[in-house]
Amino acid sequence: MVNVVNELNISSNPHVRDKMTTNRIMLLVVVSLLPACGFGVYHFGVRALLHILFTTAACVITEYLYQYFMKKPITVTDLSAVVTGLLLAMNLPAYAPLWIGAVGGVFAILVVKQFFGGLGQNFMNPALAARCFLLISFSKSMTNFFDGQSGATPLATLKAGESVDTFKMVIGTTEGTIGETSVIAILVGAVILLFFGIIELAIPASYIISFVIFMILFGGNGFLGGLDVQYITAHLAGGGLMLGAWFMATDYVTSPITPRGKIVYGVLLGILTGLFRIFGNSAEGVSYAIIFGNLLVPLIEKATLPKPFGKGGEKR
Amino acid sequence: MNKAVERLFNGIVKENPTFVLILGMCPTLAVTTSAMNGVGMGLATTAVLIMSNFMISLLRKVIPDGVRMPAFIVIVASFVTIVQFLMEGFVPSLYESLGIYIPLIVVNCIILGRAEAYASKNDPFSSIFDGIGMGLGFTVGLTSIGIVRELIGAGSVFGFHIMPEVYEPVGIFVLAPGAFFVLAALIAIQNKVKLNMAKKRGESAEGCMDFDCQSCSNHACTGRKLTESKTEEEQA
Repeated sequence: MVNVVNELNISSNPHVRDKMTTNRIMLLVVVSLLPACGFGVYHFGVRALLHILFTTAACVITEYLYQYFMKKPITVTDLSAVVTGLLLAMNLPAYAPLWIGAVGGVFAILVVKQFFGGLGQNFMNPALAARCFLLISFSKSMTNFFDGQSGATPLATLKAGESVDTFKMVIGTTEGTIGETSVIAILVGAVILLFFGIIELAIPASYIISFVIFMILFGGNGFLGGLDVQYITAHLAGGGLMLGAWFMATDYVTSPITPRGKIVYGVLLGILTGLFRIFGNSAEGVSYAIIFGNLLVPLIEKATLPKPFGKGGEKR
Repeated sequence: MNKAVERLFNGIVKENPTFVLILGMCPTLAVTTSAMNGVGMGLATTAVLIMSNFMISLLRKVIPDGVRMPAFIVIVASFVTIVQFLMEGFVPSLYESLGIYIPLIVVNCIILGRAEAYASKNDPFSSIFDGIGMGLGFTVGLTSIGIVRELIGAGSVFGFHIMPEVYEPVGIFVLAPGAFFVLAALIAIQNKVKLNMAKKRGESAEGCMDFDCQSCSNHACTGRKLTESKTEEEQA
């Protein structure tokens, strides 16, 4: 019985043929990540490029070796490991030692993705889980944003109560991790994803809007302390919010598939990010907010399951 | 004497409380930040386990069935208190680092589990050896988790720095998540080794089918035993 199932490859419905394969989706995600990667390399120099290459190579090689030794079908060519590697590299500071990306890549693919069953089975975004793993393990190297002459990240400056140059943050010539600094480059990638229908607006929009509302209520001058537009725009442009909202919160595997669930998930992420940024010890909170949200996805989906057609109406 | 050897083997290998029965997870995950802590916790539990098994086995015909739980707890708690005072007096540094987990040995499910499952039904001699076996199994489990966590998370073993200078300790391994990583990895490895050994001997593997219940001991996975599934396939 088991063999028959394997040979006939019976998959669940709907049995629709489409040009959009996993491989094509991942290729489009890679393309849409390139502007931000390119800006990172331009801004931080060759070190950023080395980080990107190292981390991506570590992810791909780990996936290949694991599947080879466990005698599973080799699925490296679906490019999902490349996406994980790129996202992880974009979350590293350029001045971190190069081996850190490799360690993170191995952790992301081996522990978070393959141990749980490979693509589609991981309960947490592998790149973000690896980032948090690195952040906890090597906190010194992972928050090393300085090369001797430049200052703290914009969010750290904001947290210290000083003002920042929002224009520079939108362009991206500030300190931060490799892929998060330039809002423009990230938005270009997001437009590509939206154009090809890879992502929907629901999660990023509800995430960003709820975050703004949280900031209006609690940010700047304390609770209901009045509207501080400059502070809020700086928070929107700063840190990993844009990268997280468009590229990581929208990960198919770890975000809800129900329409209402997407909104709930986005709002949850917005509130968590606001909480971590304003009331937490660290200046940034996007990574933790998203992996925390990932954990709640099964619950959200259960609670927001749409009613099948014809099953409406109150129970009598 | 055979009975004693069988009990020791059962406790340390066949039904190892940490890796096979998955009992006593609270101290297992919490105190194994270093190899020394693992040894200390394991031996303290072993001492309590031997004495409580012995005492409960002696009293097994005296204790009425309806109140056996409170009776067991009183016996166990007395021995834990003795061990706690002894540790405070003679190994104060270990006592400090184990902290609240020493008094919590009272509610360690290995001890109540052995009292309920073994000591209350068997003679004192076997019960003592059951206690020794289970206790040593627990000690082996905690120590091996502690060694791995200390080696990766701090670059040392039993306090001796053995990793080269360039090695940067992976801090997460001495924090709570590291305990889960190491425990899961060690269980996976020992399951694999046991299955391979069983295959080599040509026996039916002592484990469960691989869709779930990987780590539970043989009697616990009712209906999901590998052997049973094999016969089903043969019939089909």
